[in-house]
Amino acid sequence: MEKNSLNILIGGEAGQGLVTLSQILTRAIVRAGYHIIVTQSYQSRIRGGHNSYTLRLCPDEIMAPREGLDIVVALNKETVELHSPELKPHGIVVLDEALDIKNADHITVPFNSLTSDKFWNASAVGVVSGILGLDESVVVRTASDFFAKHAPDSTEENIKSLVAGRNWMKGRATGFQKLKQPEPGNGRLMINGNEAIALGALSAGMKAMCFYPMTPATSIAITICEHAEKMGVIAEQAEDEISAINMAIGASFCGSPSLVPTSGGGFSLMAEGLSLAGMTETPVVIALAQRPGPSTGLPTRTEQGDLEFALHAGHGEFPRAVFAPGSVDECFRLTRKAFEIADKFRIPTIIMTDQFLADCYCASDPFTMDELDPINACDPEVSPDEPFLTYRITATGVSPRLFPGLSHECVVAHSAHELVIADSDEHTEKGHLTEDLSVRVRMVDKRNRKNDGLKRHIVDPTFCGNSDPDLLLVCWGSTRGAVHEACDELREMGLRAAYVHLSQVWPIDEDSVAGILRAAKEIVSVESNSTAQFARLLRRETGYRIERNVLRYDGLPMTPEFIIEKIGLGSRNV
Amino acid sequence: MYELGDYGDYITAWCPGCGNHNILKAVKDALFKLQLPPHRALFVSGIGQAAKAPHYINANVFNGLHGRSLPVATGARISNPELTVIVESGDGCHYGEGGNHFLAAIRRNVDITIIVHDNQVYGLTKGQASPTSSEGFITKTQPQGTHNARFNPVQVAVAMKAGFVARGFSGRVEHLSGLIQQGIKHRGLALIDVLQPCVSFNKVNTYGWYNQRCYILSEGYDPTDRNQAMLVSEEWGDRIPLGVIYKNDRPAFEDHFPVMKLGPAAMRPARLDTLKEIMESFS
Repeated sequence: MEKNSLNILIGGEAGQGLVTLSQILTRAIVRAGYHIIVTQSYQSRIRGGHNSYTLRLCPDEIMAPREGLDIVVALNKETVELHSPELKPHGIVVLDEALDIKNADHITVPFNSLTSDKFWNASAVGVVSGILGLDESVVVRTASDFFAKHAPDSTEENIKSLVAGRNWMKGRATGFQKLKQPEPGNGRLMINGNEAIALGALSAGMKAMCFYPMTPATSIAITICEHAEKMGVIAEQAEDEISAINMAIGASFCGSPSLVPTSGGGFSLMAEGLSLAGMTETPVVIALAQRPGPSTGLPTRTEQGDLEFALHAGHGEFPRAVFAPGSVDECFRLTRKAFEIADKFRIPTIIMTDQFLADCYCASDPFTMDELDPINACDPEVSPDEPFLTYRITATGVSPRLFPGLSHECVVAHSAHELVIADSDEHTEKGHLTEDLSVRVRMVDKRNRKNDGLKRHIVDPTFCGNSDPDLLLVCWGSTRGAVHEACDELREMGLRAAYVHLSQVWPIDEDSVAGILRAAKEIVSVESNSTAQFARLLRRETGYRIERNVLRYDGLPMTPEFIIEKIGLGSRNV
Repeated sequence: MYELGDYGDYITAWCPGCGNHNILKAVKDALFKLQLPPHRALFVSGIGQAAKAPHYINANVFNGLHGRSLPVATGARISNPELTVIVESGDGCHYGEGGNHFLAAIRRNVDITIIVHDNQVYGLTKGQASPTSSEGFITKTQPQGTHNARFNPVQVAVAMKAGFVARGFSGRVEHLSGLIQQGIKHRGLALIDVLQPCVSFNKVNTYGWYNQRCYILSEGYDPTDRNQAMLVSEEWGDRIPLGVIYKNDRPAFEDHFPVMKLGPAAMRPARLDTLKEIMESFS
């Protein structure tokens, strides 16, 4: 059974004030102690079009968006027409009297008499918060904070409008069943996947972020740009994605842990740079927020269509690690891990999300900021008395590291022995280009040896459910929440179900994954793409052929309902 | 005190008579005259015959991808504003494959010195037309002669108000060394386009061709006069001007970032206390 949660959809045209209304309401809900999952659906335009913001709230922890609506807040007629069919029994529509839609079941608010045109969305916050029964003081405080930051000159009018909306709603019977009061939230953050990646990168000691704007990755860059100066970080908008990754590689080569946020099209342009990072053994972290392709595809929707591309992008053979967080919290933690691994092994690492997770707000406990081992610290193993070898052959494949212009003690270099030579050509240990084919073989082997070390640092898969299940759902990345809740429901239906989620998709520990697959009677791969790329990866690595897939590629996020329906158990009497 | 020999003495892979030899000589001479410690300099290059030059100099080196030296150099400056960053590559690398980066670097005005080995032909791939080839230049891949208009990097840089724009010739080593020294000392981006014969694949723009045409701008020439610089940078054909053609004192890219005054990024700890405050703003 679904938990006792509510789905609110706020819909309208871009430019109508949807963001203000959604942000204040969501933050107030989080501050009140509810858990949330937000899905945003918008069109690739600045004004007009139909945009919607769907907020699921629950007094208990939730992990996935749900279908069906309890409250529709309609900023225009189109929202009423499009979303009324999704209303559950007893669901309600809140709309402006001026929209002139006559329906006795709707809550028709006379915004014009409550406030002036400019502040109607503050009034709407009052109305909806009243329906939900949110503590008025929490709502007013949240709105005051918001307006103090975004519209300090009109805070007073906005708050007055909010209270007017709230008062109008008081005493009106809606027949609406309110949620139970949650436990207090204790400083939970209202944060989405992209913001968590930005904070994760900053906490890992990132010093340079180079980007070219591309939906849905842009808000990673925006978040970092907002805080760059006070964090002592350089955030630079490059002229194109090719520049962005090369700039990040140059910055990393000289001592800045570097991040490059992008989406599929931009990542395509970065492929040669990725290969350069592999060859020059320069750490770089790429945050790849996927959207449906090929080509421009659906710029503002979601998909997990770039897995095989991320695994193979870049010519030639070189080690890499690819992470795929399954939650906002993992976005933070795995971004740190991506920096750590990139630095430890001097390789490119990729952190893959998608539009759903990138834009998905949730209520997260504050992240732990305990200090990592200092990243990019100068390497005490380097001797100042002998010429430095950038690519010294070692048992692990990882060579001691020096930054140009600095000594091993991280002070300004003082000896001509401390020269760092890096080359995109095959190179000698010193770093100079070579066509000595025996050196070539030694260098390939050296780089490949990093794979052994990488395998010792793999993030364990998450396994949840019966240990020898009749049905095992397999998933990666952002679909974890939907699979988790679907699995719960399947078990409530009496099925021995479990799921396994991989938040690191390369390298994978093929033996342990094969063991998990072997124990299941039937396996279904759940992915937001049309060709079951992850199932193919698992077959290649473990030899297991997964026969059944639940695939979603209509641009919308995976939901528990979608999974249950496709599995075909929705109506089966188990 | 550094000797000239401290900047390296390597056997090169270049053809005998190639203009690259003299450019290399001028670069080392400039480093020596400036007494720049080899370990405080970073040479960044792309791909091409010219891009091999940093391998023949004692300094830090990043020999990256074709056309992408400027973004790497920009990243290097972001990380370590105390490094002297010199970019060395050919006309194909800078004006062809890396054209967008060339325009962007000029706009940023990063404090780097770009030395372009401009031989008007692709040497490494054995003789195709480059962006600076003259119209009608015949090659195996342009058998009817290239139809594309010649790219004039010097005039483009002047038009974009680049911080420092100069042209040298590999046949005049001492003059070229002087330009490189000025370029390194200039705060902001310095472009030095160096005319250079390719003895194997360019039978048009030879030593004789350049020697007949190149002249050094007179001492009275004022490189801060942009209108005049536009006219001088237009000059090509019978007479080709050499020298500092244009300069200004636009602030360098680095001057806009307070954190860069604090030294190399690797020496600065992450500001976790500030980050905790930022995180709290999400609650």
